[in-house]
Amino acid sequence: MTAGTSLSRRYFLKTTAAAFGTFALSFAARAPAETFDPTRAPHELGGWVMIYPSNDVVIRISRSEMGQGSLTGLAQLLVEELECDWSQVRTEYASPRENLVRGEFWGDFQTGGSGSIRELHEPLRQAGATARVMLVAAAARLWDVAERECSVAAGTIRHMPSGRSVSFGEVAHLAAETEPPANVSLKRPEDWRILGQPLRRLDTPDKLTGKQLYCIDVALPGMLNAAVQSCPVFGGKLRGFNADVARSMPGVRHVLTIDDTAVVVVADRWWQASTALGAVEIEWDPGPYTTVNDATISDRLREGLDAEQGYSGTTVGEALSAIEGSERVITADYSYPYQAHAAMEPINATALYTSDRCEIWAPTQHAGACLETIAEASGLPAENCEVHRLHLGGGFGRRLYHDYARMAVLIAKQMPGTPVKMIWSREEDMTHDYYHPVTRCRLTGALDAEGGIAGLHMRISGQSISGSIAPHRLVDGQDPRVFHGLYVGEGNGTLSYGIPNLLIDHVMFNPSIRPGSWRGVNLNQNLFYFESFVDELAHAAGRDPLDFRLEMMSGHPKHRAVLEAAAERGGWRQAAPEGVFRGIAVANGYGSYVAAVAEVSLKDTLVRLDRLVVAIDVGNAANPELIARQAEGACAFGLSAALYGQCTVEGGAIQQTNFDTYRVLRLAEMPRVETVVLQSRDFWGGGGEPPIAVATPAVMNAVFAATGQRIRHLPLAGSGLIPT
Amino acid sequence: MIDLRINGQTYEIDTSTDTPLLWVLREEAGLTGTKYGCGIAQCGACTVHIDGVAVRSCSMPVGAIKQDQKIVTIEGLSEDGSHPVQKAWLQGDVPQCGYCQSGMIMAAAALLSQHPQPTDEIIAEQITNICRCGAYNRVRAAIRQVAVELAKQSSN
Repeated sequence: MTAGTSLSRRYFLKTTAAAFGTFALSFAARAPAETFDPTRAPHELGGWVMIYPSNDVVIRISRSEMGQGSLTGLAQLLVEELECDWSQVRTEYASPRENLVRGEFWGDFQTGGSGSIRELHEPLRQAGATARVMLVAAAARLWDVAERECSVAAGTIRHMPSGRSVSFGEVAHLAAETEPPANVSLKRPEDWRILGQPLRRLDTPDKLTGKQLYCIDVALPGMLNAAVQSCPVFGGKLRGFNADVARSMPGVRHVLTIDDTAVVVVADRWWQASTALGAVEIEWDPGPYTTVNDATISDRLREGLDAEQGYSGTTVGEALSAIEGSERVITADYSYPYQAHAAMEPINATALYTSDRCEIWAPTQHAGACLETIAEASGLPAENCEVHRLHLGGGFGRRLYHDYARMAVLIAKQMPGTPVKMIWSREEDMTHDYYHPVTRCRLTGALDAEGGIAGLHMRISGQSISGSIAPHRLVDGQDPRVFHGLYVGEGNGTLSYGIPNLLIDHVMFNPSIRPGSWRGVNLNQNLFYFESFVDELAHAAGRDPLDFRLEMMSGHPKHRAVLEAAAERGGWRQAAPEGVFRGIAVANGYGSYVAAVAEVSLKDTLVRLDRLVVAIDVGNAANPELIARQAEGACAFGLSAALYGQCTVEGGAIQQTNFDTYRVLRLAEMPRVETVVLQSRDFWGGGGEPPIAVATPAVMNAVFAATGQRIRHLPLAGSGLIPT
Repeated sequence: MIDLRINGQTYEIDTSTDTPLLWVLREEAGLTGTKYGCGIAQCGACTVHIDGVAVRSCSMPVGAIKQDQKIVTIEGLSEDGSHPVQKAWLQGDVPQCGYCQSGMIMAAAALLSQHPQPTDEIIAEQITNICRCGAYNRVRAAIRQVAVELAKQSSN
């Protein structure tokens, strides 16, 4: 093409792909200060912090920013102790290759389980304090004064007696030569000024102008583009293909196969590759799983509900005999279907392979695991490989799995020296996901004479993520993780109630549809089942659903506190407006306590979500605005599935291919969300996932209050009621 | 060769007439702010303006665009992020992952030029872009904020 101005030239990332030692894709969190001069080398103070002579501070980030905002929260943790000015702060991703070479200095890069802040609060605050002590020691040595006579604020060290001052940038080179202190003390929360504040996100400005690059935007000199079609049936293979027409189409360079399961067209442009791929005649051998469909899966799941024995996760007292001896027994079956992640940035990766090096630009939630994957795929030592990260266009768990990174390397390996960008079409992305696992559940509850729960048996039947894709994580062939949110006691993933006789067990059945972590993971179905059924028991006992719950919560003060906070803000004790109905739910998971009150209104069969109040105790909030946004996002993601989401299976393949058949929540359907952030201080909990556990049961309990119809099988759209 | 007028520049592009505008913007003009999300005009991540009207560029063949039509992408909405919609988005810290936000901002800007004082019903009808992070309430609030600013300006 030719263009009118220089502005129109193709944009190339300014990278030196061959030189690992100097390779740095430094993506500023905001426009650099005028004084920022990247050619003047920074000084590293302990690995997490680099300080430029210009006084700019770069904080290394190990976890991936995928929308959750932890980039900003992580920076706040460190800056609180470093005492630089917030306007000096920039971020860059830590390199997974360097992490390997430096003995895992930055630890685990896995971004999931709502873990970034709760796992890194201590190392990052210590890193900030360590760097500050080194800077003060350097200034004191420069002035030949005692360190205790120096104060620090906003990136400046002051010698109090003399009034002399020096910036971090001016002493960074001296500080870098200082021995890091063995111990540092951290500030108390009441002294925080950056941490805990509702600061604006560092990554917002570039996301408003098109300037933010995602991996799908990567452009390297000489880069080709690949479009992929994998066998639509899991377990199927390629029987043969005819690419005669495709090979003659504009821009087409190569037609390849990967693993006998995928056809790949490589062209100058992705649109050319995609168009030519459509012209390849492919014959599939659908493999052994073509009889897998919704009906056969449901049959097997029902067998699991009826099975004599299950694997016991939670056992208190004698649930089965308590139920047997009761005159008041209630039983109900529930189910939760497959769900796609459908992150807005389709699966993609750009790989460059040579005989001794392999690099990838991948939107990964786990750069460390991605590095291992590409090392294996390339056949090169991990030290010769590198994973470059840009912010992710959503993750939600899908990008913990690196099937796509492996595929990109296997393509690039067939054309050494040429970078190849592989993009999966939305259709390819949606039909080759790692889906939210499928389960059914049978709950049997016995009420005692006073209307309390005498005994409860919860049988979960269905898919285990570990059992399907990570069997090494099983314990004696069973998966304790399927009980997340249903454990007994205090701490992560525990039930909110003391129930005298309780049995929760699991019968595993793993269909050929591969499952994976999907925002909230097992909390989604477990709490939908449990909190809906507790509501059923409350109604059966003729009790108010809040009172019924509170009476079982004397041993669970933190669960109770969020439930009461949600009820208070949600006006549970006051009459709802005319035509508005409420539901309530409470949970614990990913280290946080969370409750919700939902309000819905009804017009004939049209159900409208009006409002959700979420109360969440995260222990300590690095940034309460980030928590509020995560609560809104979790509600949107969970309710999208609860109202509309469902991936169905026919002939061993997923039938939904795009947003026309896999409907997701849009602005018109988004309820008002009010978030109450509690901080009980003695722990650090996650924010990204916990609210998803309560949004669905609170809404479905409200739907029951409105209609008398108990929604036990998701999505709501399949119930005859119509979400609007 | 197809002549296109994008963000005030003229581009002479060698492509087939059925290539969607989205891929011409991304792969020929290097304007990657416009995103691929679904390819079937469902999600709106690819929204641009053609003569001021929001268009889903993934389903608009370049051959259907006339030479004198003005295409504006997120990169051309303002020179420096100073469009009222961008300012309101900054103030409201709207984006999460941000991938859908170019399209969301373009859709909002087109909506507000047509309806400077949109009701919630109009916002819900017109902003059908998909955001999987669920930033919808912040989007709605930011659109209302722009409407307030526009009302202030017109009363001055």
